[in-house]
Amino acid sequence: MADPIVAIVGAGPAGVRAAEMVARAGLKPILFDEAEQPGGQIYRQPPKGAARPGIYGLETKKAEAIHRVAPDLGNRIDYRPQTLVWNLFEDRLDLLRPEGYGDQRFDRLILATGAMDRALPFPGWTLPGVFTLGGAQIALKAQGVAIGRRVAFVGAGPLLPLVAHQYAEAGADVVAVLDVTPFLAKLSQLPGLMTEAATLAKGLWYTARNRLHRLTVQYGVRAIRAEGSGQVEALVYRDKSGAEHRIACDAVAASFGLRSETQLADLAGCRFVFDPIGRQWLPERTPEGRSTVPGLYLAGDGARIGGADMAELQGRRTALALLEDVARPGEADETARLDGALARQARFRKALENAYPFPAHLIDAVADGEIVCRCEGITAGALREAAREKDAGEMNRLKALTRIGMGRCQGRVCGHAAAELLARVRGVEVESVGRLRAQPPVKPIPVLGSAP
Amino acid sequence: MTERLTADVTIIGGGVAGCAAAVALRRAGITVVLLEKGMCGAGASGVNFGGVRQQGRNLAELPLARRSREIWDRLAEMLGEDVEFQATGHIKLARSDADMEELERYAGDAAAHGLKLQMLGANATRAELPWLGPKVVGASLCAEDGAANPRLVGPAYARFARRLGAEVREQAPAIAAERAGEHFETRAEALTITSRFLVNTAGIGAGKVAGWFGEEAPLGPVVPNMLVTEPLPAFVTRSVGVCGGDVYVRQVARGNVIMGGGRGWGDADLNTSRPVTDQSLAGMAKTLDLVPALKGASIIRTWAGIDGEMPDRIPVIGFSATTPNLVHAFGFSGHGFQLGPVVGEIIAELITEGRSASPLEPFAITRFAGMAEAPPASAGVEH
Repeated sequence: MADPIVAIVGAGPAGVRAAEMVARAGLKPILFDEAEQPGGQIYRQPPKGAARPGIYGLETKKAEAIHRVAPDLGNRIDYRPQTLVWNLFEDRLDLLRPEGYGDQRFDRLILATGAMDRALPFPGWTLPGVFTLGGAQIALKAQGVAIGRRVAFVGAGPLLPLVAHQYAEAGADVVAVLDVTPFLAKLSQLPGLMTEAATLAKGLWYTARNRLHRLTVQYGVRAIRAEGSGQVEALVYRDKSGAEHRIACDAVAASFGLRSETQLADLAGCRFVFDPIGRQWLPERTPEGRSTVPGLYLAGDGARIGGADMAELQGRRTALALLEDVARPGEADETARLDGALARQARFRKALENAYPFPAHLIDAVADGEIVCRCEGITAGALREAAREKDAGEMNRLKALTRIGMGRCQGRVCGHAAAELLARVRGVEVESVGRLRAQPPVKPIPVLGSAP
Repeated sequence: MTERLTADVTIIGGGVAGCAAAVALRRAGITVVLLEKGMCGAGASGVNFGGVRQQGRNLAELPLARRSREIWDRLAEMLGEDVEFQATGHIKLARSDADMEELERYAGDAAAHGLKLQMLGANATRAELPWLGPKVVGASLCAEDGAANPRLVGPAYARFARRLGAEVREQAPAIAAERAGEHFETRAEALTITSRFLVNTAGIGAGKVAGWFGEEAPLGPVVPNMLVTEPLPAFVTRSVGVCGGDVYVRQVARGNVIMGGGRGWGDADLNTSRPVTDQSLAGMAKTLDLVPALKGASIIRTWAGIDGEMPDRIPVIGFSATTPNLVHAFGFSGHGFQLGPVVGEIIAELITEGRSASPLEPFAITRFAGMAEAPPASAGVEH
């Protein structure tokens, strides 16, 4: 019998480790990735020829290890960089490569599609100079540039102090680090966070280093707005006591956590469940990585936010589940070791999620005139009106009536915020307004003729 | 516990035709319950190309299309909201002399129905659409045709019907209906409706409803495949089709260029459809032949939707041949959007007066007597 065709989408920590494990079992996986070089977003590499020593900080060894896997495996894997998988239907992947369109059939598929910033509108968020935190980090890691000279960091999530630290180390003037979640939420999660003592220690180290840079994190920030004419000039915030402060800056990096890139899982027909802590719909996944669609597996942040270390573990574990399903000799010791490590990681992640609850209170502060969907220029007021006046009680109906989620990003940026806003207006839980259906392509593709 | 409702009329299917029927019936003072399996206007009515087109229709449909076109002019006022209807004109392109002859012949036939088409030679066509690719030899223009936003029309009709007092139930698929004495009993989950009349505007599900009354309706699925670009500077000033119908293009006011062509994949039983990549890529190539300037533009979304198609590609509209007081309107074969408003009025006429002001003979269900099989899927028809 011919070897099954194993395809993997995404060459971040999860996809790379999955490919390695499948290759070790003697199958030759096809590893698709949008980027020019492996690493995903977290271990993103600078363009070929550009060296950026020290950009991965404490994670340098992990980053370099991930980067080495594909080259070291040589022809034991079929690595296809610069390839966007833009659609999935039955057993076929539709591809966009620099030379044009293509497709690939598969027997087994691992989706390791990663995550992106979760955007949340706030007054002034569309001003030039306001970036997502991930955007700010990629500017530094890949292009070696900062988003500004005087940078304010604001949002919720464990990456906030990390990126602030990276900017300070790179020589930027970090003028504020504002956390919109309460400090108490973090303290109460300390026992769970202790399950991954090394990771917690790193977080504390970044916080301590930030203190050396005279950067104290302000917790429990109640309201934020960016101000400026034609360009951000200041970040204004109300602290936990209600006092208003104005900090001059020329750039703002904002992050409200991460969202999983689930479009391919949706197009594959995976069953989704609502995750009440992360407040997003996610494809169902067993601890071993199986989805609800036979032959389709999920690993890493694309299925649920777990971070890079968890992604590596899940990538390996998911590959072992796949190998078991195609009757290839597995590695029993490795399976047990991974299951133990994954259980510890899961406790840590749960505590971390609870430490950074989604700041739903910011949604109410979004004025009617504020743009929620930047692709289509749709305001919060237009969404609220459709929800109130036009019976829009569900996300796809809201989309039909207002165009929310119909622009270039297809709702990847605005979808969560719109769902929160719709739920608040209707007085229901965000879960009950549903989610935008994925439609191909998962990212824009060009109009090309038959001979591109 | 099962809820029981009584009304003069039960309507199965909340597309434009069903919702427009609810509106027309309410305006005549008749009580209505409408059952929609999903959301009103989210099926074929909501995911089509949005063409409000008379040109190129089967001649039998032209009297209805002429009447519907008048409604389109006052639709926004009637519904109390904008549905983005614009009479951009519809231009049908000829890519050969044979195409040109076909257009001229059609223009003559259409004139007899009062539809005025303007014939354009190669130079006039190019003056009209200077960005056209080299394959075009001429065209015919219907200045009063245009397009509307299909996502808005059905929901707007449904809300208007509700404001007029219709009982509109969404997420309520009809499970069964039968004749009980002088009445119909229609069942949805936890709901039974008793009514004197039953209207079948169930789209792709209409064949099943007809079957409950022993009526043969060879209804097959037709799944148009569509693509849309990101917003571009306005340049496609007309809604554009071609002879043969294998590609059609328009640009919305927002700037997005919508292109259709080919067939998607659909499963009527699962009520699901998907665009098909090879069809989308072929559609891109055909569109580029007509509109070379679109090369490299970003496609941000592709989609498909399922409509019911009859073997002769014109709908069934009229009374059932087996069951008194059962009215059918289905099988619009992928081009029912423009007709929806008038079909609602026709259904109300049939119920209130027993006859319609429009000629319905070509749409009688009896034309399919003895034909229970669905037709093969068609290709090359403009939607």
